[in-house]
Amino acid sequence: MAAIQVDGLRKVYGATEAVAGISFEVVEGECFALLGPNGAGKTTTLEILEGYRDRTGGSVEVLGVDPADGGRDLRERIGIVLQSAGIDRELTVAEVVALFGGYYPHPRDPGEVIELVGLGDKRDARCRTLSGGQQRRLDLALGIVGDPDLVFLDEPTTGFDPSARRRSWELIDSLRALGKTILLTTHYMDEAQNLADRVAILAAGRIVAQGSPSSLGGRDVAEAEISFRLPDGAGLGDLPPLGPARPRLDDGRVVLRTEAPTGALHALTGWALARGGELEGLAVTRPSLEDVYLRLTGGDR
Amino acid sequence: MSTRTRAGSRPATGPLLLRQVRHQNRLFLRNPFSAFFSLALPLMFLLVFGSLNSGQTLEARGGIPYVQFLTPGLLAFAVVSTCYTGLVTGVAMNRDMGILKRVRGTPLPAWIYVAARILSSVWFSVVSAVLMVGVGVVLFDVEIIWRMLPAAVGTLLLGSACFCALGMAVAALVPNGEAAPIVANFTVLPVAFISDLFFPMDTAPAWLRTLGSVFPVKHFALAMEATFNPFTTGSGWSWDHLAVLVLWGLAGLLVAVRKFRWEPNIPGGRRRRR
Repeated sequence: MAAIQVDGLRKVYGATEAVAGISFEVVEGECFALLGPNGAGKTTTLEILEGYRDRTGGSVEVLGVDPADGGRDLRERIGIVLQSAGIDRELTVAEVVALFGGYYPHPRDPGEVIELVGLGDKRDARCRTLSGGQQRRLDLALGIVGDPDLVFLDEPTTGFDPSARRRSWELIDSLRALGKTILLTTHYMDEAQNLADRVAILAAGRIVAQGSPSSLGGRDVAEAEISFRLPDGAGLGDLPPLGPARPRLDDGRVVLRTEAPTGALHALTGWALARGGELEGLAVTRPSLEDVYLRLTGGDR
Repeated sequence: MSTRTRAGSRPATGPLLLRQVRHQNRLFLRNPFSAFFSLALPLMFLLVFGSLNSGQTLEARGGIPYVQFLTPGLLAFAVVSTCYTGLVTGVAMNRDMGILKRVRGTPLPAWIYVAARILSSVWFSVVSAVLMVGVGVVLFDVEIIWRMLPAAVGTLLLGSACFCALGMAVAALVPNGEAAPIVANFTVLPVAFISDLFFPMDTAPAWLRTLGSVFPVKHFALAMEATFNPFTTGSGWSWDHLAVLVLWGLAGLLVAVRKFRWEPNIPGGRRRRR
């Protein structure tokens, strides 16, 4: 069952096509990430799904309805954490969470939500006294106080220190454990990798890759790279036969790309043991999500 | 469509509206500027002008004491400050801060949010009026003319509604929160001085009086002042002035409904938080 269904979505602002025909589906209970650089169309896509923007073309369904005319029924079932939204500065944390909870048919307990986002000791503080990270956590609290089925998170941890990010990830994970569907945008690779079941990489308004974080961009089947320091007194010509792979020398290191790393490693380690030495600095790597991301979004040029 | 699995009923409209009004009232009281301009400033004017002109009478109004004219005039001024200036600046600034956008993403019906802001403004207009008339009675012997009290209250409420509508309209039209106080003051202050608020315009040049009659403030002031003038006959309703207020109010309502925005004008302008 799809919580979100997007088909050929387009959004044109004047002469620029912010979203150039994208399609994806978010299954109920899954965490889906839109990953991409600034200006890729992530927020525009999200705000169309949240009902804030109209669209130029394509079809969109959120929890079975078109968000353009979803109205109160839809908004009772979704929670929105915007990239930047204000709070009345003179209210306390407890007051604002209770106020927003009162808008929903079956809100969560405000005190519990405040504890959950780690603002327990700030409950009676005025909102204007909160730090940037604390305000962001309050945003999160307001997004979930209505106990929504579907949560939109627009760059939920931008500007966080590492420990606050880790805590927010745990919170988002706990939402998913409750069966909530989550659609988030981020430009942090590790965030997408840690949180999302599936990721779509957006660049210039198009989806350039889509899949689980481990398989994205063919990471799981891409060539592995074997590298090690060339032992003293040995040359490239002394290496054992390594199948079709051609080793090259890069600053004293042998670098080898192969689709069959197991056989190549077997030959290499046998060769090294026979010579009675160690393969210094031996490493086997596959392209990281970051490599894939940079290649697909053109950020490596 | 998936079905709802949890019990829970939608919050009822009445309590929801009441809670939202209380929320707006709380914000009003915690903001020293709004409290100052709506409550303290008109009261200060009353104390200063009332003391400076104590014992003076107004020939233009049949010889009534000046405070009997000044108190309802300042009452009208307080309503314009609270409803018009307050809403123009408050709504435009909250829109820039992204507060309106956040509210729009919740199930709170838009009309409840807007109605609560208006009702809160009307509430503080009434508070200001009671305060001012009270001070006038105690310090300056202002006379409440009981036969015209219903007209006084009715005129106050109608004027509040009219200036709330105009406030929402101008809030929809101003480009951003920084422009809002400037626009509000530049529309109110020049008009205030040609609108019989602080002194009668009877001896002013005809063109100035005509100009003043175009705008709603003067009609509101005259209608309020009539209800405190012992020479007014009957129950004190100034139907001609009230009709002008209704027309201005409806025009404001039309613009507000058609042009109201929940988000700042420039998409880039909403990057800054709070």
